[in-house]
Amino acid sequence: MTTLPANQDAGVRLRSPLSRAKVGMACLIFMESAIFSAFLVTYLYYIGKSPDGPQPLECLELDLVLINSACLISSSFTVVIAVRALARGAMGAFRFWLALTILLGLEFLVGTGYEWWGLIEDKGLTLQSNAFGTNFYSLVGLHAFHVIVGMLILVIVLILSMFGCIRPDRDHQRVDIATWYWHFVDVVWILVFTLVYIVGRVPQGAPAS
Amino acid sequence: MRWAISVDHKKLALMYIGAGLCFFLVAGLEAAFMRLQLARAENDVIDPETFNQLFTMHGTTMVFLVGMPILLGFGNYLIPLMVGARDMAFPRLNAFGFWLFIFGGLLLYFSYLGADGLYGAGTAPDVGWFAYAPLTSRTFSRGNSTDYWILGIMVSGFGSMTTAINFIATILCMRCPGMTLMRMPMIGWMMLVVAFLVLVAIPILTGAQVMLLLDRTLGAHFFDPETQGSAILWQHLFWFFGHPEVYILILPAFGFVSEIMPTFSRKVLFGYPLMVAATVGIGFISLGVWAHHMFVVGLGPVLDSFFGATTFLISVPTGIKIFNWLGTMWGGRLHFTTPMLFVTGFVAMFVIGGLTGIMLATVPLTWQLSDSYFVVGHFHYVLFGGTVFGIFGAIFYWFPKATGRMLDERLGKWTFWLLFIGFTLTFMPMHVSGALGMPRRIYTYEADRGWEIWNLISSIGVPVQMAGVAIFLWNAIKSLRSGPVAGDDPWDAWTLEWSTTSPPPEWNFDRIPTCTSARPLWDRKNPEDPDAYYE
Repeated sequence: MTTLPANQDAGVRLRSPLSRAKVGMACLIFMESAIFSAFLVTYLYYIGKSPDGPQPLECLELDLVLINSACLISSSFTVVIAVRALARGAMGAFRFWLALTILLGLEFLVGTGYEWWGLIEDKGLTLQSNAFGTNFYSLVGLHAFHVIVGMLILVIVLILSMFGCIRPDRDHQRVDIATWYWHFVDVVWILVFTLVYIVGRVPQGAPAS
Repeated sequence: MRWAISVDHKKLALMYIGAGLCFFLVAGLEAAFMRLQLARAENDVIDPETFNQLFTMHGTTMVFLVGMPILLGFGNYLIPLMVGARDMAFPRLNAFGFWLFIFGGLLLYFSYLGADGLYGAGTAPDVGWFAYAPLTSRTFSRGNSTDYWILGIMVSGFGSMTTAINFIATILCMRCPGMTLMRMPMIGWMMLVVAFLVLVAIPILTGAQVMLLLDRTLGAHFFDPETQGSAILWQHLFWFFGHPEVYILILPAFGFVSEIMPTFSRKVLFGYPLMVAATVGIGFISLGVWAHHMFVVGLGPVLDSFFGATTFLISVPTGIKIFNWLGTMWGGRLHFTTPMLFVTGFVAMFVIGGLTGIMLATVPLTWQLSDSYFVVGHFHYVLFGGTVFGIFGAIFYWFPKATGRMLDERLGKWTFWLLFIGFTLTFMPMHVSGALGMPRRIYTYEADRGWEIWNLISSIGVPVQMAGVAIFLWNAIKSLRSGPVAGDDPWDAWTLEWSTTSPPPEWNFDRIPTCTSARPLWDRKNPEDPDAYYE
């Protein structure tokens, strides 16, 4: 395939103030939101409907998940700093902040894995144990899966920049759009966290569904 | 090979439509077997298990592997040409979506060979196209047939979602200079709303299918009532997808009618802005009507009334469209070519299907008629008399553009009348047998219920329709080889796809067109009296 310089046909193609990449990414995020809403609504529906087996209040502890959440949320800020550095042309700073973002995401994943390990080993909560287990692992797992996808995107950007394939003038907007996905993953975590660790831990008997 | 690696939106579109037509033949055969079995009381051509597989595969195939790909295929073909672009916004993503659809469809049909593993006999899915829980649980659905249903539809669903992203990006970002949104051909609006609905609805189905897969393979408890799950939840999730889905299937056909009818009435589309408003209105209201599929579940009077009311509400924008099409024909110089016959038939059949839809929105009536053949009659009037007639109209209308040759008009009229008569014979009596109490999805019935004559008439309609389809296939093959050469603009139409050659070059337009009104070609043909003057 011959490669055209990126902007050669831009004058012909892009007549709309909207760029295809932005609209495409916005649509992808919209679609992902729909998938998450199915799982979020299902989680909400099943709150308080597990008569036996491990209960949310006795299983879920906040300390570890708060550290994880802090890492994930702050990674949204570091990635913004990275994109700004790229726009300035400061490639070193860009790579540093991008790598830090990936590390923060990695902490989140490892922390979640550690939490799951504890839940499975100590509390006996599995996908099969009750409706709470089913929903907890599905929803948090779906989100963790998206964190992995978002990290893959960032890792690809990082590798490309190490091989010198990312040029600030040409690519900073593309990288910016790629990071939208990471922000989306963070925003969804706020929803998941609120539902699972705050709303979902209200004691039995409170209005649930 | 050039086709297999192509990212050209026109080639992909033709492959979409071709593959969809192949699946159409398969699904039609499945329906024909069912009608054969039901032609007589206590018939034993087909055993009950096979019958269950036939209606499941017929429904699933028609919705996901015939309706969606053909309509998305037309969107693929027409959107760039009609908005004056050289290709879709993301051509490679477009090819990716197409191949996902193909492989999803093949995966579903592979169940006939391998659903019990390599050593067992194949069993197709037999849980109905809406796969109600708990029929889909391990207890009731052994083997892997339901898993094939889940995965096949999931894979092709991802294809639909990528295509929807492409539609939106193309429509919003790649219109030619001068083509504002309100100058866009009506089909562009229809496809925009369809793409929006695909992005809202299909992910919900995918999510529900992931849950079902977890239930079946890892022992989760989403939908199995025996283990704290909720079968109703599956119905909610499925129909939250399922009702927008029927609008995904009908809105593109609305678009075909809105393009074909003005051309053969020699008038502009009546009430363009209202049509846009009605389309967007349908898009939003269709997200809030899903539980009218669940009136017999026992949701309680409040929810039943709410969903009954929203269902009545959605008939308002739909009615606006009907009157706009009538207004387009009114006082026009009507040319009843084959495409015009099909879209006129569309309007008539769709009105009947719409009216029975309003009947079914009435909760007490649904309590009597739910899961009867009345419902089968209703949705075939909407989806066959509606969507399939629209597709045939579109094929006859745009075949000259895509191939450079005209389809034979005489054979085309035979196709229309055979399909129209066969369709009426098959589906009109279903309203009667349904009102007489015949339930859906039964593989046979007793002799003295008064259903025999209606079922016999229904079955007689099938060979008539098959003859119509056979003549169409013959027509297509013959015309591809030796049909009269079409020229750029055989219908004297007004939208941009007719300004380029037939078939269009890979780059669509030598020079990107510009546009001064909703009918750019009218302006070019009639420079002394352009539409732009009146807009």
